[in-house]
Amino acid sequence: MISLRINGNKYDVDVDPETPLLWVIRDHIGFTGTKFGCGIGECGACTVHIDGEPVRSCSYQAGDAQGTAITTIEGLSPDGSHPVQKAWVAEDVPQCGYCQSGMIMATAALLDEKPHPTDADIDDSITNICRCGTYPRIRKAIHLAANTKGEA
Amino acid sequence: MATSTLNRRSFLLSAVATTGALTLGISLTGCSEDQRPLSKNTEPQTFNAFISIASDDSVTIQVPCSEMGQGVFTALPMILADELDADWEKVTAETASADKAYHYKTGWDDQATGGSYSIAGWYAALRNVGAAAREMLTDAAAETWNVPASECVTNKAVVSHPMSGRSLGYGALVAAASKRTVPENPKLKSAEDFQIIGHPKSRKDTTAKVDGSAIFGVDVKLPGMLIATVKTSPTFGGMVKNYNEGAALAMPGVRGIVPVPAGIAVVADSYWQAHKAIDALDIVFDSGSNAEQNSEKISAELHKGLSEEGLVAHEQGKAKEAIAANDSNAVTAVYEVPYLAHACMEPMACTVDVRADSCHIIAPTQAPGEVRRLAEKITGLPLEKIKVDVTFLGGGFGRRFEVDFVEQAILASKAIGRPVKLIWSREEDIAHDFYRPASVVRLSAAFDKAGDGLAFDCRLVAPSISQRALNLPDSELDGAAVEVLREIPYGFANTYVDYVRKDLGVPVGWWRSVGASQNGFIRESYIDELAHSRGEDPYQFRRRLLGEDKRHLGVLELAAEKAGWKNQLPEGHFHGIAVVMSFNSYVAEVAEISIEKNGNLKIHKITCAVDCGTVVNPSIVEAQVVSAVVYGLTAAAAGEITIKGGAVEQSNFHDYPALKLSETPDIEVHLVKSTEPPTGIGEPGLPPLAPAVANAIFAATGKRIRSLPFSKNGMTLA
Repeated sequence: MISLRINGNKYDVDVDPETPLLWVIRDHIGFTGTKFGCGIGECGACTVHIDGEPVRSCSYQAGDAQGTAITTIEGLSPDGSHPVQKAWVAEDVPQCGYCQSGMIMATAALLDEKPHPTDADIDDSITNICRCGTYPRIRKAIHLAANTKGEA
Repeated sequence: MATSTLNRRSFLLSAVATTGALTLGISLTGCSEDQRPLSKNTEPQTFNAFISIASDDSVTIQVPCSEMGQGVFTALPMILADELDADWEKVTAETASADKAYHYKTGWDDQATGGSYSIAGWYAALRNVGAAAREMLTDAAAETWNVPASECVTNKAVVSHPMSGRSLGYGALVAAASKRTVPENPKLKSAEDFQIIGHPKSRKDTTAKVDGSAIFGVDVKLPGMLIATVKTSPTFGGMVKNYNEGAALAMPGVRGIVPVPAGIAVVADSYWQAHKAIDALDIVFDSGSNAEQNSEKISAELHKGLSEEGLVAHEQGKAKEAIAANDSNAVTAVYEVPYLAHACMEPMACTVDVRADSCHIIAPTQAPGEVRRLAEKITGLPLEKIKVDVTFLGGGFGRRFEVDFVEQAILASKAIGRPVKLIWSREEDIAHDFYRPASVVRLSAAFDKAGDGLAFDCRLVAPSISQRALNLPDSELDGAAVEVLREIPYGFANTYVDYVRKDLGVPVGWWRSVGASQNGFIRESYIDELAHSRGEDPYQFRRRLLGEDKRHLGVLELAAEKAGWKNQLPEGHFHGIAVVMSFNSYVAEVAEISIEKNGNLKIHKITCAVDCGTVVNPSIVEAQVVSAVVYGLTAAAAGEITIKGGAVEQSNFHDYPALKLSETPDIEVHLVKSTEPPTGIGEPGLPPLAPAVANAIFAATGKRIRSLPFSKNGMTLA
């Protein structure tokens, strides 16, 4: 049995502590916004926040997340109103959409650390994969979110 | 319509025809087969198979195509909603379940999404559905008020009679209207009256895709559902020899072991338990007859095909003789491209609930019609007992046209007797794709004294997708294999194109833009070679040879103008250009590159010009062209599936890399204004990308890239 704090709620889960956090979030707790893309931490579709830091949850053991505050896309805002989500809507970023939870979580963490990232900062930080190639709109949306975040 | 798409589609059509007569021309107001309510909205009233209207005048539209990122979930409802005069802000889209009502009315008698055909295939039909419904709603209101229908007008889901100041919302009229006779030829709007078509409306799926609520194949939940994963023979054509069932069954959460074709599925309470148990099975495979196959042998066999006789794809005049007679100015080149995987972001997944008297499939599939027929075959249940729902697809690109993963999920649910969600690992996904065919092509051409194209001679050697997927007989030409090289638009007086088919033991499939993906690279690189061999500017050379071909010229000139082809570029920057028509759409692209001091390739900008006829949603069209450029650049830069021991050597994104944000150049998309019927847009942006970049590399370095990817030619992306 392990105990996890996800999106402000406590969950006790009967699971092997070595199970990747991703699968505990998806299969045991039931938040499916966090996606499985590669299982080796390459693509970033499974990005969540652990104590505010972006983490690729497919390659992070659930047992190690005990005692931390985990945030998934479902917990980023109660109603899709986080500045990054609003910027994503304004730029109509998603295509297939499968990678976008991870992209948004990676971006939210970036903006917490660097409220006004340069293009070079974005290149360095947003290393998630999008096979639809939404990258140009992602870049625009990140700048838009940075410019609107203070107003929210 | 171009022969390339007709061919591919007619094959599909004949494949469909063998499964039973599926009637064309179903009444557009007819309900779907089982008359079930189609909408999940509150208090909807079904108007017909496509439209339901609630009492608040909100309209729910069934989308007959699968949303895999390309925007049909928005663009198809836009077409219908405009003619219906619905209130766009109160239009909801839903992906239609598999049903005969959602077969294309022309060209392709199936419910399937591919061939860049969604808008092209549905444009006229959905306008008709919307216009007919609008007319019926208007007539119902006119009858209520006892006034001539001609005095009534519609706007935003309300019928009004301006002379008397009366109005009724569609919600109040739907019951009466849906019982009226369907007009056969409803009056359609003129293009200048469109209020939705042609406008950059926001996508209807965006909100759900930014808050995590969108449901993809991997996200489906059914009561009592178990989760499965599979491992199949790494070697193509291999079989399971033996495995340690006891070890897997002893593991926590494991509920069953199910043999599937060439592999084993493990069914468990959760994915991770199934995944761990697959390893514990310790499956031993019998490698089969392909065990010695490898990339070197494949390449050698393809090159060998250059000296074999092929099926004639196109013959006009006497090309070989003309080239032989002019060998002093003839240019011959051989090109080669590798296998490619689709690598959709969402690994293959499918949920199935097989019962004694029913089968429910919930799948991210491009082929719901085919999925339903497959389930009929496996379960033996009548078609009407098989329900297929389609989730959002985490990418498709042609991969989800295949139903291999659906078959595995059906077998697993049938064996276990419970609903089963099957999810592949990424490793399974890369190793068991249906790959873009590797190919080798030789081209020769000669010019007359005036500089006009005298002869073009081309032999393609490649595996055939239509042979693998549609059992195309040996004697028939695979049109998809030769597209773009067969339709060479440069006015050669004599042409000869033939195709040598090779079955190399690697399953091949429809990969975004299909034959155009490699043939576009080959043709447009070769045309660049011809221009340079004659000392001509590659852009002006194409212009000259395209003659009066207005649509090719239109995009070529627009791309050159917007990219500043004639202008001075920054020091060390170089341009390359290419133009390809595919899926009846014309796209030209100009690449601007430089070579960095360390030899790395820096792509600064791709300028695209697109003529896809009438544009339904310019924002989605722009996104699709950008998407195709990124997908094409991923492949051209470093995309390569290699074979060793009869199996794929790559396994995940670390060795089959995808382009990252930092590597993505500026991409500009310019649309040609057109009132022609809409044509494809999901794929046509891809074929010109690789040759535009390769031609820029030649301009920069003098090195001609005749094989892909660039990384194999010593070019790494900066």
